[in-house]
Amino acid sequence: MKRALLGVVALAAAAAAAASFAPAQVTVGAPAADAILERVDRNAVAGNRVAVSEMVIRGRRDSRSVKAKSWIQGADKSFTEYLEPARERGIKMLKLGDQLWTYSPDTDRTIAISGHMLRQSVMGSDLSYEDMMEDRTLRQAYGARVTGEETVLDRPCWVLELAAKVGDAAYAARTIRVDKERFLVLKEERFAKSGKLLKTFEVRAVRRIGDRWVPTESVFRDALKSGEGTVFKIETVEFDAAIPEALFTKASLRK
Amino acid sequence: MIRFLFKGILRDRARSLFPLLVITAGVFLSVALYGYIKGVELDIVRSNADLRHGHVKVVTRAYAKDVDQIPNDLALTGAAALIRDLRLAYPDTDWLPRILFGGLLDIPDAAGETRAQAPIAGFAADLRSPGSPEIGLLGLKKILASGRLPEKPGDILISAELAGRLKIGLGEKATLIGYSMHGSMSLANFTVAGTVRFGFQALDRMGVIADVADVQNALDMEDAVGEVLGVFRDGLYRQDRADIVARAFNARFAGSDDEFLPVMQTLRDQPGMALILDRIGDSTAIIIGVFFLVMSLVMWNAGLLGTLRRYGEFGVRLAIGEDKGHVYRSMIVEALLIGALGSIAGTVLGLAVSFYLQVHGIDISGMMKNVTFLMPTVLRARVTPASFVIGFVPGLLATFIGTAIAGRAIYRRETARLFKELES
Repeated sequence: MKRALLGVVALAAAAAAAASFAPAQVTVGAPAADAILERVDRNAVAGNRVAVSEMVIRGRRDSRSVKAKSWIQGADKSFTEYLEPARERGIKMLKLGDQLWTYSPDTDRTIAISGHMLRQSVMGSDLSYEDMMEDRTLRQAYGARVTGEETVLDRPCWVLELAAKVGDAAYAARTIRVDKERFLVLKEERFAKSGKLLKTFEVRAVRRIGDRWVPTESVFRDALKSGEGTVFKIETVEFDAAIPEALFTKASLRK
Repeated sequence: MIRFLFKGILRDRARSLFPLLVITAGVFLSVALYGYIKGVELDIVRSNADLRHGHVKVVTRAYAKDVDQIPNDLALTGAAALIRDLRLAYPDTDWLPRILFGGLLDIPDAAGETRAQAPIAGFAADLRSPGSPEIGLLGLKKILASGRLPEKPGDILISAELAGRLKIGLGEKATLIGYSMHGSMSLANFTVAGTVRFGFQALDRMGVIADVADVQNALDMEDAVGEVLGVFRDGLYRQDRADIVARAFNARFAGSDDEFLPVMQTLRDQPGMALILDRIGDSTAIIIGVFFLVMSLVMWNAGLLGTLRRYGEFGVRLAIGEDKGHVYRSMIVEALLIGALGSIAGTVLGLAVSFYLQVHGIDISGMMKNVTFLMPTVLRARVTPASFVIGFVPGLLATFIGTAIAGRAIYRRETARLFKELES
């Protein structure tokens, strides 16, 4: 959820072999793709944040809403507690580096999520646990090239094509539109190695909070599912919040 | 004449014993093979009907399209009302709510941490409602290896093989990690009430059975079920009957294209079942047909030989004034008598073996290690009404034809040559 919380971050999940792109295709006058990614990453990765968010999951049959509060520290620690609906209330998730646990109060069990379970949906949304687990910056995971310009949300954007440069990236390629001024990713497609479209992301609303631009409403869509996507809304976010270190322990899941 | 011929058969064993033995053996093999093949056929159909598909099945239209993926997000909602309607409309059919589910079975240690974990293939049925036929249909009492059947909320049965792999004992807690109807991960605790041996390799590897109400609760499927199976109370699958029921049900929803409306399908409509049913039917017909042809030839040959051996007798009977037509007819009646006696004896023996195989079966589990579809590991014969009469086809017909053809020699018999033959 941390990635989604940061908006741009939810898009981040891999890296690219920039050297493999032909220079002739690079847009004339554009800044270096790597420099754009560096600005995107800098905007996305913050220190401590506490946020309350809502996911509206618009499935094939009906729509439902899931509310959660997240405590996030840096790029690799997060703790999330689900608040609504009643059935999900009290479910907690803890991410420490590349490990993820979930706790269910009904069963009083803490379960490590690993292997194929990582590819499953988070609360039935269009986001997978794998999306949540990505803690590398875009620059670390992808090589990039600027291929054009587009307008998204009435904002001029650079179009960047990213190709994974690490073997374990969740997506082999991505196409992102980055706000030229705010360096936020406003729209994205993620692809498999075969070129098949896997997921899309589109920002619907952006708000300035402190000195950061935060996408407060965005839509994720799993292209392999038949639903209408998941709307992700950030209700409140507090940057540089004080978070006790004890929260990021397995023991805190059962409290 | 029949009484006279019958006495002749009994008193002149040199003449009747060999044909009688051949016919008895042939009919015995025919009846036993027929019973065995019918048993295999019925077992496969019944296993698939009772365990997986029913004779007819109601799902949503959307579920039917992706049925291989067991899409519980496309399950039937308003299941209680639907089942009530079906029971009223088709009282001669048991309507059974079922949920298929996958996931992981996670066994905790003393600290609640994962001690063991394994993938499972589960199905939920109505195991606790009074009067539910599921315990009988699933044969749970027969396959129970240890413990007891589910009686309390949260009780589950798991395959004995899976229990051994997970090192979990009776009464211990197991957590199902599955996916709810809304697609989110769901955790639910169950108690292992017993272990079972399904007799199907695919289920014995990872099978779990739970009560449908518990699984509805675990997977957030309130008043929803994946499938409603219809099993005809007489236990026999008839395609024409299933087609009539399905057509009538589906006609009620013909005017709408809502993908979540229910649709009824027959056993034959289920993935792979048409092929299986056709293969079974074709194989049965070919095996029985070829076997009966061979047996008919053998018995025909026996009839021919028996008749030809009695060439001298014909001459004597004609010489003392018996009419050729009378000799010919008496030969045929005699052949029919021998055929009937042999058919009765062979049918009795064949039925006895079929009954034995119906009760005890043949265990072929050693050959089923890698089989993934529902195929019984104990093959049993079945005695059907046809088993009582099928042996009379080769037994009577072939003997009759053999004698009728060979007996034509009677009309070519010349009494003038008889004494020369007798002198030599």
